[in-house]
Amino acid sequence: MNKRVKSALVWAFVTVMLAIMYVPILILIIYSFTDAKALGVWNGFSFELYANLFTDAEIMGALGNSLILAAVSAFLATVLGTAAAVGIYYMKAKRKAVAGFVANITMENAEIVTGVAFMMFFLAVNIGYGWGALIVAHTMITVPYVILSVTPKLSQLNPNLYEAGLDLGASPIGSMFRVVIPQLIPGMISGFIMAFTLSLDDFIVSKFINGGVETIPIYLYNALAKRGADPTLRALSSVLFIAVLTVLIALNIVSAKRRKAEVK
Amino acid sequence: MTEKLVTPDAPKSLKTNKAKRIRGIKRSTFSMPYLALSIIFVIVPLFIMLYYAFTDLDGNFSLANFAHFFSRPNIMAVMGKSFLVALITTVVCFLLAYPLALALTFTSLNRKFILVMLFILPMWINSLLRTYAMKIVLHILDVTNAWTAVTVGMVYDFFPFMLMPLYTVLSGMDRSLVEASQDLGASPVKSLFKVVLPLSLPGIVSGVLMVFMPTVSTFAISDILGDTSTYLFGNVIDQWFRNSGGWHIGSAYSFILLILIAATVLIANKITKGHTEVGGVL
Repeated sequence: MNKRVKSALVWAFVTVMLAIMYVPILILIIYSFTDAKALGVWNGFSFELYANLFTDAEIMGALGNSLILAAVSAFLATVLGTAAAVGIYYMKAKRKAVAGFVANITMENAEIVTGVAFMMFFLAVNIGYGWGALIVAHTMITVPYVILSVTPKLSQLNPNLYEAGLDLGASPIGSMFRVVIPQLIPGMISGFIMAFTLSLDDFIVSKFINGGVETIPIYLYNALAKRGADPTLRALSSVLFIAVLTVLIALNIVSAKRRKAEVK
Repeated sequence: MTEKLVTPDAPKSLKTNKAKRIRGIKRSTFSMPYLALSIIFVIVPLFIMLYYAFTDLDGNFSLANFAHFFSRPNIMAVMGKSFLVALITTVVCFLLAYPLALALTFTSLNRKFILVMLFILPMWINSLLRTYAMKIVLHILDVTNAWTAVTVGMVYDFFPFMLMPLYTVLSGMDRSLVEASQDLGASPVKSLFKVVLPLSLPGIVSGVLMVFMPTVSTFAISDILGDTSTYLFGNVIDQWFRNSGGWHIGSAYSFILLILIAATVLIANKITKGHTEVGGVL
């Protein structure tokens, strides 16, 4: 096989795979501009679904709940996770293994098992389902991802700086906040973003403990699994697709540029 | 998401003793708030689940909840089907993702950062949304077989989770080893199977875990794309927890799932032992 045929085949394969990934999303977006009730029917161009979407109090409420929950739990997870990453990093091997095992539990366990365990726990300790339960659960399941993104920054850290802070008269807490933490900020930011995204995404754990609080994934699941597909969902999904893709592409381009600048 | 959390060892500091314990506070103490909360909110709930699994409705010790599982061939068949569909999904994802990862690393495409990004980004989009997009496509293509719909939906949803670790391990691979094998006379195919594939084992294991684990326990995809015939083990557990009378049996079922997952992780760790860990999230 000559080289050109080979590279044409590679290109064709990659293009087909990319099409498979994005054509369904594209079709969904196209059909969000028609108000037909049934799936896959074109009923003429219309913004009707978008008008319905932005005036739907239930959806807008769920969106607000999702954003508040993600922001609060990602903030708590970043604080806990950064402190935990520092602590675990400086542990002795044996205790480090134990701590690593504990942090791995929620990451490796099936989400449905985590969800039902939370459900029975919150009943047993008399914490009602709803906001409190959601914030606790989302914080606990996202902390390990913050640890994952802060730890690489710790291994780049000069180990003597913390001690230098102590020698110069800072308290352990002071040295931590004024010497170590500032150098961890890039890792904390990516940890926060990851925790925020995971919280926005989660519905398996939330489903069991949300009480009456509706988040976007819970709304989507209920709408898709039970009520059949309400056409407004097409507009909602399109908006979410575009929003998430835009944010992610922007974040990735910024971080790629920064990496290039660092190399130079 | 299945990813392994491994913390490298801290470098030895110059004044070890002074740093370890200054005014009574060790640096490792900073992990205490999270670890304490983990005991309360992660480990205690698992023990509560264990309590429910081993008691009956009156709170007496009982193995009946487990007997319930092992005495029902139809439930065990559902479990078997869940494993089978997760296995098929994992294999199909691998067969599609491995050539793609090779194409993205070993050809001239490897400088196209944006291309890799486009393939991996959907991982961060809610899987319910992608399932919904797939539902419309399946409807337009007139796919009526529920099992086909569920399997296609799972492959579509979890493909990026297979691709990411494979891409990470292949792009970090020492290219001179591949060249050496070809200099020593191996054909490209032989060098793929004897050099590249074995070296990418950690990525393969991590990709398999990231696809297999969520698919074996999912209930949402089968709810949205399937019908009553595509009831999976996740759906069974979900059903038992819909009213509190089912919590004991549901806990036993969850516990069985937990054991199977722990076994899978242990086997995976055995396979990758000695290899460097692959992590990295885009």
